Amino acid sequence: MTDEHPHAKWSGVMFGIFRDAGVKLFTHVPDAGNDRLIALAEAHNDTRVVLLTSEEEGVAICAGADLVGERAVLCMQSSGLGNCPNFLSLAKGARFPLLMTITMRGDYGEQNPWQYPMGEAVEPLLQAMGVLMFKVERRDELEKATTAALNASGNGAQAAAIVLSQKFLGAKGF
Amino acid sequence: MAGSLPPNIDRRELLPLLFPDPGQWLFVSGLAGASRDAAALTGDGTNLYTMAGTMGAAVPMGLGMALSAPDRKVAVINGDGEMLMGIGSLVTVAAAQPQNLTVVCQDNTMHGETGGQRGHTAGATDLETIAQGAGIASTLTISEPGQIADAAAFIAERPGPRFLVVRVLPTPPSDFKRDMDMAACRVRFRQAFLASAGVPDPSI
Repeated sequence: MTDEHPHAKWSGVMFGIFRDAGVKLFTHVPDAGNDRLIALAEAHNDTRVVLLTSEEEGVAICAGADLVGERAVLCMQSSGLGNCPNFLSLAKGARFPLLMTITMRGDYGEQNPWQYPMGEAVEPLLQAMGVLMFKVERRDELEKATTAALNASGNGAQAAAIVLSQKFLGAKGF
Repeated sequence: MAGSLPPNIDRRELLPLLFPDPGQWLFVSGLAGASRDAAALTGDGTNLYTMAGTMGAAVPMGLGMALSAPDRKVAVINGDGEMLMGIGSLVTVAAAQPQNLTVVCQDNTMHGETGGQRGHTAGATDLETIAQGAGIASTLTISEPGQIADAAAFIAERPGPRFLVVRVLPTPPSDFKRDMDMAACRVRFRQAFLASAGVPDPSI
C-alpha cells in the first residue's frame, strides 16, 4: 500500500539520506510536518524514535549521542526552537555538531497569529546560537539542503538545521 | 513522605561509595556542585562530561548516551534545581526505558551555586514521587549515611532506568577545580570513548 500523505514522498527521500549518513536516533515533538519522517524512523530496524516532552531535551540527547560517536537528529516545529536557545550553548560554546529539522509555522501563508512571533524569530535565533541554516522552499531543494546539512554536521563539525518553509510544506488551513 | 526526610548525608563523601569503580561508567553531570563532586570522583576523567550551564540538560544528555551506547553503564549526577528545571526529561526517560541509565540527584533543597536560596524540595515537592509518576519503576530516596550501602546495591541490582534521590547536607560541594573548556571536554570524552570502543574517530 502506498502512503498518500502529502509529506510521504519527500519524507522518504530525507529519511533515506539521514539513514545512509548514519543517523540512528530521531528525537521529536510531534508536528504535522515531521509526522511521516518520524513514522519512517519508527518503522525501520536501524533507527529509533524518542518522543520528547520539550524540544530542548532533544538538543541534549543529540549531544549525548555525539559523545559516544553516534548521530542523532532533533525534529521539531518552528515554535519548538523557542524552547531550545539555552541548550544551544552546546552548539555555539561546546561545538556539538547538532542536527535538526525545523518545520515552519508563521511564515508563508500562515493563518494563526500565534505562530508568527516565533516563526519570524527562527532565523535570527539560529544565527545567534551558532547553528547553520539550510532552507528548503521548493521540492528540488530538498536533497541538496539535506545533504548539505548532514555534511556540515558530519565532517564539517557544525551545528546545522534544515528549515522546511511553509512555501514548501503548504500552510495549514483554519 | 520522602520529600520531608531531613538530609543528613555529606555530598563530598557520597559518590565514591555509590560508584566504587568509576572507571566502569560513563558520567554526565549537571551544573554546578554536582559537576564538582563528579569531577572529584573521576579526577575530572575522560569518562565524564561536566556542565556549568544548560541547566536541565544532564538527564537528557545521559539518555542520549545511554541509548547510543547500550552496552555501557551511564550515570547522570545532578542536583535538585537542575532536575526540576528539566523535570519533563524523567517522562522521556521512562518512555525510552534505557536499561543502562542511572540518575543520582543530590538534593540539598537549595540553589547552592547562587547563594543557597531555598528550593522547591525544601517544601512539599518530592522528586522520587515525581519520578514514579513519570513512569520510572526503580526509584529510591535516602537521607542517612547508613542507607548509602543500600543505595549502592540499588544501583548495582535494580533494573534500569534507576532514579536515586540523596538528601544531602547544605555543605559546599567537593573542592575540585575541573576543566571548563566545554568544547575541549567534548573532544576528549569522544576520543576516549571511541578509543575504548576500538572505533576510529571520523572527526579527527
